[in-house]
Amino acid sequence: MLDSKIPQGPLSDKWTSHKSNIKLVSPANKRLLDVIVVGTGLAGASASATLSELGYNVKTFCFQDSPRRAHSIAAQGGINAAKNYQGDGDSVYRLFYDTIKGGDYRAREANVYRLAEVSSNIIDQCVAQGVPFAREYGGMLDNRSFGGVQVSRTFYAKGQTGQQLLLGAYSAMNRQIGKGKIQMYNRHEMLDLVIVDGKARGIIARNLITGEIQRHSAHAVVIASGGYGNVFFLSTNAMGSNVSASWKIHKKGAYFANPCFTQIHPTCIPVSGDYQSKLTLMSESLRNDGRIWVPKKEEDAKAIREGKLNPTDIAEENRDYYLERRYPAFGNLVPRDVASRAAKERCDAGFGVNKTGEAVYLDFSSAIIRYGKEEAHVKGLDENNLKVVKELGQKVVKAKYGNLFQMYEKIVDQNPYETPMMIYPAVHYTMGGVWVDYNLMTTIPGCYAIGEANFSDHGANRLGASALMQGLADGYFVLPYTIGDYLADDIRTGKIPTDTPEFEKAEKEVKEQLEKFINNKGKHSVDYYHKKLGKIMWDECGMSRNKKGLEKAIKDIKALKEDFHKNINIPGSTDEYNESLAKAGRVADFLELGELFAKDALSREESCGGHFREESQTTEGEAERDDKKFTYVSAWEFKGDPAKASLHKEALNYESIEIKTRTYK
Amino acid sequence: MKLKLKIWRQKNNSTKGKIANYDIDNISPDMSFLEMMDILNEQLLEKGEDPVAFDHDCREGICGMCSMFINGKAHGPDKLVTTCQLHMRKFKDGDTITIEPFRANSFPVVKDLVVDRSAFDRVQQAGGFISVNTSGNTQDANAIPINKQDADNAFDAATCIGCGACVASCKNASAMLFVSAKVSQFSLLPQGKVEATERVLNMVKQMDEEGFGNCTNTGSCEVECPKGISLENIARMNREYLKAKAIK
Repeated sequence: MLDSKIPQGPLSDKWTSHKSNIKLVSPANKRLLDVIVVGTGLAGASASATLSELGYNVKTFCFQDSPRRAHSIAAQGGINAAKNYQGDGDSVYRLFYDTIKGGDYRAREANVYRLAEVSSNIIDQCVAQGVPFAREYGGMLDNRSFGGVQVSRTFYAKGQTGQQLLLGAYSAMNRQIGKGKIQMYNRHEMLDLVIVDGKARGIIARNLITGEIQRHSAHAVVIASGGYGNVFFLSTNAMGSNVSASWKIHKKGAYFANPCFTQIHPTCIPVSGDYQSKLTLMSESLRNDGRIWVPKKEEDAKAIREGKLNPTDIAEENRDYYLERRYPAFGNLVPRDVASRAAKERCDAGFGVNKTGEAVYLDFSSAIIRYGKEEAHVKGLDENNLKVVKELGQKVVKAKYGNLFQMYEKIVDQNPYETPMMIYPAVHYTMGGVWVDYNLMTTIPGCYAIGEANFSDHGANRLGASALMQGLADGYFVLPYTIGDYLADDIRTGKIPTDTPEFEKAEKEVKEQLEKFINNKGKHSVDYYHKKLGKIMWDECGMSRNKKGLEKAIKDIKALKEDFHKNINIPGSTDEYNESLAKAGRVADFLELGELFAKDALSREESCGGHFREESQTTEGEAERDDKKFTYVSAWEFKGDPAKASLHKEALNYESIEIKTRTYK
Repeated sequence: MKLKLKIWRQKNNSTKGKIANYDIDNISPDMSFLEMMDILNEQLLEKGEDPVAFDHDCREGICGMCSMFINGKAHGPDKLVTTCQLHMRKFKDGDTITIEPFRANSFPVVKDLVVDRSAFDRVQQAGGFISVNTSGNTQDANAIPINKQDADNAFDAATCIGCGACVASCKNASAMLFVSAKVSQFSLLPQGKVEATERVLNMVKQMDEEGFGNCTNTGSCEVECPKGISLENIARMNREYLKAKAIK
């Protein structure tokens, strides 16, 4: 039933031969075809730009006031590409292999290989667009290392790589908007998908300023609305990031894959109080130079928590660099899921270092000394003068991570050049998402999902600097070609009318839902429910999960959902700027997704990547996969209620690599 | 902390706005400014009043969506931060805080503290790009070495987040810092030189059509810019513009 449409032939030829064999649409006919793109992050912006360059008429939607603000802008560390500029033995195969292994053998082999294959081209493209990547003195591009790999393949622009890449894609879009080839709808939110004769033919959108409900038709609809980390309320996602576009298409027939695969990022600024509205990431690139530790002695940890001791007071021999201790081969650069669990393990054991007991140190003092000595040597200064060395070293660290250090200092009010940073894991990315085939089409004909919104490339854990790579690969180099194969059959269809019963029905349902929220006049605000949902998710579906907890989560979320629809209070009216109303729709969808999430986690009785089931671990506390039973993608079909969702399995066949136990020791 | 808030309330673009007063208590110094606003809004909701509309999204200082004018300063009293990164520890117990939208004719108010900055998008659409197709048929990224200093300067200009603080801080509501940041980024890189003439002329023309004022070198834009974009960029744009005019 689930056909992933993976092309025949050897792995390394699949994409090339597929591109040569799929149907094309002639330039004259492309002008007759409309495509809707929802979302303007790296995937949506790059797809919009490329589709319109190819000649399609594109309508693009974003809920922010400008497409440049989509949350890809906040990505910090970098973007991977198998360029092997450093000559350290990198190759397409190695990037592919690292990604599959990093994903704990739960990603689709053919998609990942294609991703690795097009990665080099992304860098060429971005440089041609004027993206100012970091360079060395010789004028060549610089690289750094990220978790889970042993080469330097990450391209970066200080700690603002996502910003620079997104502004590149935004500029490509602007060129087309200026030409009238993209119609841009800022401050518009998609509220439903319209299906005509079994095909995706348009969307219902709401103008967030006037409240006007609009019908938009197209020959294909592309969902590029990102991930659903905000189901946890607190995450590193932007406040507006939501699952609604993905969830609406799921309810209309698109299968949702592996919803429980969530990435909890190890290095975020810890929670400071109940008022907290979001969490801030400290880039993984910091683990190139920062060493993670907690005190070796529990009494030291206790004294630190009580403010009686400073981290700098703890002698070297009394520090536990637990990642270096447990994983000598990768040390501080183990993948995110491994680093997060290790931090939780130490904190749960009583070694946490802030007031809440939920924080570990990320310490730059060794790096500052190391760089300082190097600089002193180059400059012919005294390498044993600690003051000089420190000063020089701090300068080097500032040049590399300056904006991150500044961000930390503003939030925590401590100087990370002098005292180690405190960090703790936080929800960051969702590997799960809408199920797509090799062409990135969902189970609804003509409806596509790209970037973080789909599930295909990262398996159960994403490696650092791979999200940017996937977003741009999907948008610039994959979707614009595969979509032609579908649209080739639509060249005689003509414009899709919006005055049909299908559009009318969808619009009516959207309006009724909005009216219902406004007329409910209950007791509690949207945030009240969102916070409660987040707490259930974090407690039962967070870094570590078990049967009992997941069953409780399903029950609790159901009860919360009922309460929400009974007691939600939304002020104002539907025909005005009304942020509470927009949020209510998003949280209603999160409540449904949360239940499916827990159900998925319950059904996957193994540990893999970010999904850690306590029942399935080795004696050393490492995640234990069950390949015999679970080497598949869980694709859920909506049946009127998340509780009734039915499971379809896409078996994962690895033709080119051998499935191994994932170890970073 | 206990605070008095004076906040600009305006129902929509066609009605007149006014300052409304609110008292707020139990504010922790570790809260961000927007978290303080969240608490105010939750309290207003409880009382059945309309919450204060304000723009915000990433809450980590990079998306450029938040845009408040706090005590007469864009993004408030702290240096090199956006409103979302401003923390309440920068205020004192008992302070009165005045919160207004970014004001400029080219940024009409949408509601309360929310303004329409689409003029910025239109300026970018006029020329803020390099005309290269995303076909993937480009040359190798390392084929053209770029001097590190130029690359770093281009990067510094490119870090503009398009928040509009420069316009709101300028007595002429000039957008020169914003526009020059993009012009500079591309004029410093070899890839951008090909279209440099057209770019600067088109972007400046659109900037004028949007009704932004001219630059009189008072420099308040640089002072209030959360990303520290330098005035040098304006000088660079002026040079580019004069050069372009001379050629045309």
